[in-house]
Amino acid sequence: MKYLSIFLLFIGLSPVMGQAQFEKALQTRLILASDGDLIELESGNFQISGSLSLEGKKKITIRGKGMDKTILSFKDQQTGAEGIKITNCENIVLEDLTVQDSKGDLIKTMHVKDITFRRIKAEWTGGPKSQNGSYALYPVLCTNILIDSCIAIGASDAGIYVGQSQHIEVKNCTAYQNVAGIEIENSLYADVHHNHAYGNTGGILVFDLPDLIQKKGGFVKVHNNLIEANNQSNFAPKGNIVGKVPKGTGMLILATSNVDIYDNKILNHQTVGVGIISYFMSEIAIKDKEYDPYPTAISVFNNTFERRLGRVPLEGRFAQIYRFKLRFGRNVPYVVYDGILDSARCGSDGQYLPQHRICVHHNANQSVANMDAEHDFKNVRRNPAELDCVQEYVKSNQF
Amino acid sequence: MRYLGFLLLLGLFSYQPAPKFPTKLSDYGLFQGKLQDQIPVIGVTPYELISPLFSDYAHKLRFVQLPAGQSVAYNPDSVFQFPVGTRIAKTFYYPIDERKPESGRRIMETRILSHEATGWVALPYIWNEEQTEAYLEVAGGTSLVEFKNMQGKKQQVNYVVPNMNQCKGCHERDGMMTPIGPSARQMNASMRYAHGEENQLDYWSRTNQLTNVPGTRPKFVSYIDEGAPLNERVKAYLDINCAHCHNPKGPAKSSGLFLDYRYYGTTAYGIMKSPVAAGRGSGGLSYDIVAGKPAESILLYRMNSQDPGVMMPEMSRTIIHQEGVALIREWIKSIH
Repeated sequence: MKYLSIFLLFIGLSPVMGQAQFEKALQTRLILASDGDLIELESGNFQISGSLSLEGKKKITIRGKGMDKTILSFKDQQTGAEGIKITNCENIVLEDLTVQDSKGDLIKTMHVKDITFRRIKAEWTGGPKSQNGSYALYPVLCTNILIDSCIAIGASDAGIYVGQSQHIEVKNCTAYQNVAGIEIENSLYADVHHNHAYGNTGGILVFDLPDLIQKKGGFVKVHNNLIEANNQSNFAPKGNIVGKVPKGTGMLILATSNVDIYDNKILNHQTVGVGIISYFMSEIAIKDKEYDPYPTAISVFNNTFERRLGRVPLEGRFAQIYRFKLRFGRNVPYVVYDGILDSARCGSDGQYLPQHRICVHHNANQSVANMDAEHDFKNVRRNPAELDCVQEYVKSNQF
Repeated sequence: MRYLGFLLLLGLFSYQPAPKFPTKLSDYGLFQGKLQDQIPVIGVTPYELISPLFSDYAHKLRFVQLPAGQSVAYNPDSVFQFPVGTRIAKTFYYPIDERKPESGRRIMETRILSHEATGWVALPYIWNEEQTEAYLEVAGGTSLVEFKNMQGKKQQVNYVVPNMNQCKGCHERDGMMTPIGPSARQMNASMRYAHGEENQLDYWSRTNQLTNVPGTRPKFVSYIDEGAPLNERVKAYLDINCAHCHNPKGPAKSSGLFLDYRYYGTTAYGIMKSPVAAGRGSGGLSYDIVAGKPAESILLYRMNSQDPGVMMPEMSRTIIHQEGVALIREWIKSIH
């Protein structure tokens, strides 16, 4: 008899039987949750056929039994564009579980005030493929975001992607086999530290794009991260801006202002350690009149760069620019700036006023280049003095 | 054994009583006679939209019940602001044979939108096999349905009833639940009432359900009307099928793509607009709409997909609206 009940328990949680009941019971629980509820999920591998959604709730914790112990798999998803969707909520904590293989994004949270992702593994299990969904962890239009000790694998856009949000901390996370490991886009006040981004196309990206609701990002600190060997071939579907990131990119700052990058180890990137570029480099016409396409007030200091001598891989548009315009050969600089200036921010000498400058200093193995992209790369300069200024643009009291 | 396993599963969650909404559709008292005949009682007004949302070729019946003695104020631009106490019912069904209405129908679900003091609430009621009653199912559901279409072709649909949260995925403005359809622009057409045919706005005005109705009212064309100007058909189609999310206050505002008819012709309407977070939804294409080039337009690519990670709209359909795709293709081809 004792054996029989153990057998029954096993059957009850097995993938063969009861999955539909589990899914319905969980979705019902999410719909009927009262503010303040803790929703606990047992260990097990649960197949989910449609998006799970939480909407309009306050102070809800969804807690599994641990990463790789409670697994929600969306492998055979029939409906819904994401695995878990959380909208119009306050004070939400997701922790200790794994989500896998949704058709679109894995966990999307939109319009949530105070959202925590803790010890969440979000992954596509079949390796890097363009058929994988876009984002593993995807808070957008949120405020007060904490992403702590999470793992993101296989996203065809960004593993950890924070978009159009404010007051963000991403720490102790690991991202690999994504196109972008971690991306902060059109977001204000982000602190990205003690993460490990490796084996992606680009390790950590900070982007500002046009035509969005939250126009301007910035005030971003990226520090104490280990960013290494992000040399994965770019597998983003075309049409996405991240599809333009060249493989072998440690960090890329696109059109964002007020960014400090310090105390990171940025190692073994075949193309660039830190790229700082304007939106013009995307070669997409800008129609948004309020959009500011220039990266300004960027500080790169106290980082460690390492790389073996070698040519940049010949893949994508930027690689062509490297090969045929920049002609660095095997001695590729770590920090590359496109050099396209906003005349409104320049002094009488034609250079940026001090508060807008790009400063690169005191990095181990530092080397820099100004691409002079504005003049069709005619006067590519590798002169460290040009970017030698000391400035910290992002102060902790702004967070 | 099967039962025991099921009980064990349910034991994973501490159940709570459902909120206080009727568990059966008949409890609302919206209909008289047999429930499946959907004959409204006095005080419940049927209505139709000129250009309705595509929902897997389902047919729809719509009803509104204003609280006794109350009315709603006319406005020319947006959905009427119905008072607290209003109920809207929408019944989804498939005729067994679209060519022969007398052959009967399979009713799938009735959604109730109820305007509570705290805001609108959406409640899905799923019809039983016997077609005698519909029961509240907050988690929604799916069921396979078969019908013959206008061409006599057998169609199969894995019909999806959205859960309560998914309802809000479309019915949302600024985080608040809201109806989508009943606006002057959508209702400015005649419909067949028990007493005969009459313009809906005139009827609502005459029966004191709608106040301050002017003589001149805006009107959408029907997107299936091939005699109407192409751009007007497109405006109506994208407005009802997309703009409930794709507007500056809707759930898709983060995309910056706004398909409200008022944005027609702008970058926000998609013309040479780069996607933001489309992911593989881009289909390897660079712009939402490329004038003259339907095959290079993400908008058409996503309308023409059945993959849950690609298709648009995300909800309300599982199959492709062939006529809608044809319309948008023709329009993109025609613009310069």
